[in-house]
Amino acid sequence: MADNAVVIKDLAFSWNGGAPLLDIADLRIDRGERVFLHGPSGSGKSTLLGLFGGVLLPGAGALCVLGQDLASLGGRARDRFRADHLGIIFQMFNLLPYLSVRDNVALSCRFSPVRATRAEEAGGVDIETDRLLKNLGLPDEAMERPVTDLSVGQQQRVAVARALIGQPELIIADEPTSALDADHRNIFIDLLSAECAESGATLVFVSHDLSLAKNFDRTVALAEINRADMKEAI
Amino acid sequence: MPLSALLLIAFRSVTNRRVTALLTVFSIALSVTLFLGVEKIRSGAQTGFSNTVSGTDLIVGARSGALNLLLYSVFRIGDATNNVTWDSYEDIASRSEVAWAVPISLGDSHRGFRVMGTTEAYFDHYRTGDKQKLQFAAGQRFEDLFDVVLGSDVASELAYGLGEEIVIAHGIGSVSFAKHDNLPFRVVGILERTGTPLDRTLHVKLEGIEAIHLGWSGGAAPIGSRAPSAADVRATDLEPTSVTAVFLGLRSRIAILTLQRDINTYNEEALMAIIPGVALTQLWDVVGVAETALSAIATFVILTGLLGLMTNVLTSLNERRREMAILRSVGAGASHVALLLVSESAFLASAGALLGLCLVQVLLAVAGPIVVEATGVFVGGPSITSFDLITVGAVIGFAAVLAAFPAWRAYRQSLSDGLTIRV
Repeated sequence: MADNAVVIKDLAFSWNGGAPLLDIADLRIDRGERVFLHGPSGSGKSTLLGLFGGVLLPGAGALCVLGQDLASLGGRARDRFRADHLGIIFQMFNLLPYLSVRDNVALSCRFSPVRATRAEEAGGVDIETDRLLKNLGLPDEAMERPVTDLSVGQQQRVAVARALIGQPELIIADEPTSALDADHRNIFIDLLSAECAESGATLVFVSHDLSLAKNFDRTVALAEINRADMKEAI
Repeated sequence: MPLSALLLIAFRSVTNRRVTALLTVFSIALSVTLFLGVEKIRSGAQTGFSNTVSGTDLIVGARSGALNLLLYSVFRIGDATNNVTWDSYEDIASRSEVAWAVPISLGDSHRGFRVMGTTEAYFDHYRTGDKQKLQFAAGQRFEDLFDVVLGSDVASELAYGLGEEIVIAHGIGSVSFAKHDNLPFRVVGILERTGTPLDRTLHVKLEGIEAIHLGWSGGAAPIGSRAPSAADVRATDLEPTSVTAVFLGLRSRIAILTLQRDINTYNEEALMAIIPGVALTQLWDVVGVAETALSAIATFVILTGLLGLMTNVLTSLNERRREMAILRSVGAGASHVALLLVSESAFLASAGALLGLCLVQVLLAVAGPIVVEATGVFVGGPSITSFDLITVGAVIGFAAVLAAFPAWRAYRQSLSDGLTIRV
């Protein structure tokens, strides 16, 4: 089980005892795997990500992330777990507008001493930040600009750097390319995959756009594994 | 995450919304200014009032009201309705229980400052504050008929030094057309500052007041050649026929009430005597009602300012959901989010309260002298008291407590939003 990044067994989730939103019998994601999680809007993928991140707790069944049963942890411990082991990239608006590019990246290390230590071992938070942003193709001049002046594509690269710094084991990307055009989309996914491979991180890439699936090791369709009647929930 | 890092994020977040943050800080600053200002004026005025006269057992004047007599004789506010005749003064002053008697004569002015005629005994017996004798900053008491001793504000505001020749105007307006310009006075002494209306008074001999009114009738100056020269005046008998009020000191305090009753029932003339301390208390009771009302209003203004702060934080919550989700995604707990909002409120309240405290000091420094000039009431200079610090602390603490509500809302919101960014 420790070889799995994510293990789900008979997981059920509903909001405040309402109709079940998620009902998943079995899902395993191996460590180091790059998984494309396909889910149209309203398929419960945001809820699933909330469960992965330990922000939500399953109503029934087991959810183990990196060998850890999240339900057995308290709220603070789950927050700590998320800070230490997960990197999360949103669809857009990933950055705090009042922090610089470097401070946005370093935010992950501020909340996680573990990741801060790893970044220090790799040469220091600043050096790691610069290295990641360089690998991700962010131009040097963009590093010094206010984050609100960056293009959407540049902002997403900064978000990837923040997710990757300090080498968390699991990267979750929630529709990170939906605001990018087709050319940039593929370049972005290639960069993200390469960086995850380099740090040995597991990547769960969530999107409704099936055309992106070819870039990944495996595709999981949420609609197929989720037995809950989504029509009711929508 | 260390608290300092979280506070830094809170600070950056606030400065990122600097327009609304500044407005909030200003509204709190103004409310604190009002609250502290009311308190400063109240305590300053109270000390000022009770410091104005001490060591005087009774004040005697024409029969009117106790407050009226106190106001015109001590505070130089308003005018006497009538005078005390010189015969009555001599009669009372010669009584066995009277240790000293100082007559004063008011009614003239110099460039807006009151001129008071009195005797040399005034400098021996009149006390301010905690039984402080009058001290001279320069020069000495008046000796000659046309000598004048200035209060410290008169000297500093008009930039007068010893030896200056001044002309006294008839009446008490700051601009007067009837002047006693045939008989100028010479400055021989300047008093130390007392923080009382005395600082804004010019002191001359009682006979000096008589002298400049020689030949005047019905408030009109003598015409042309009938205006007496200084030599004429010196040759005349200048014993006054009446004075405005008399300060009395008694040999024994036990006699105060008896003498007061005797004067109040004086047959030859309608006189009254007041005990300064009692009259001051009465005066303070009158002012106290307004003061309580002002304090209540000021308290409500502070509450309004703090509610405004809470409203500001609450309305910012929606636009900041994104910010909260980002912080949650990198590992912030719901308690971090709540702490962020509480520290933001406390930060805004601190800035506002401290700015308010500074504004009060500036106001006291700038407006204090103007208030004295207009009302004769000394409100005290800039000062930071424990009351100020307690107020600042209470405002910050209360703001942090009020922020618990938006913080709770944000906590709930961050739990239900999970890791989704809602825009």
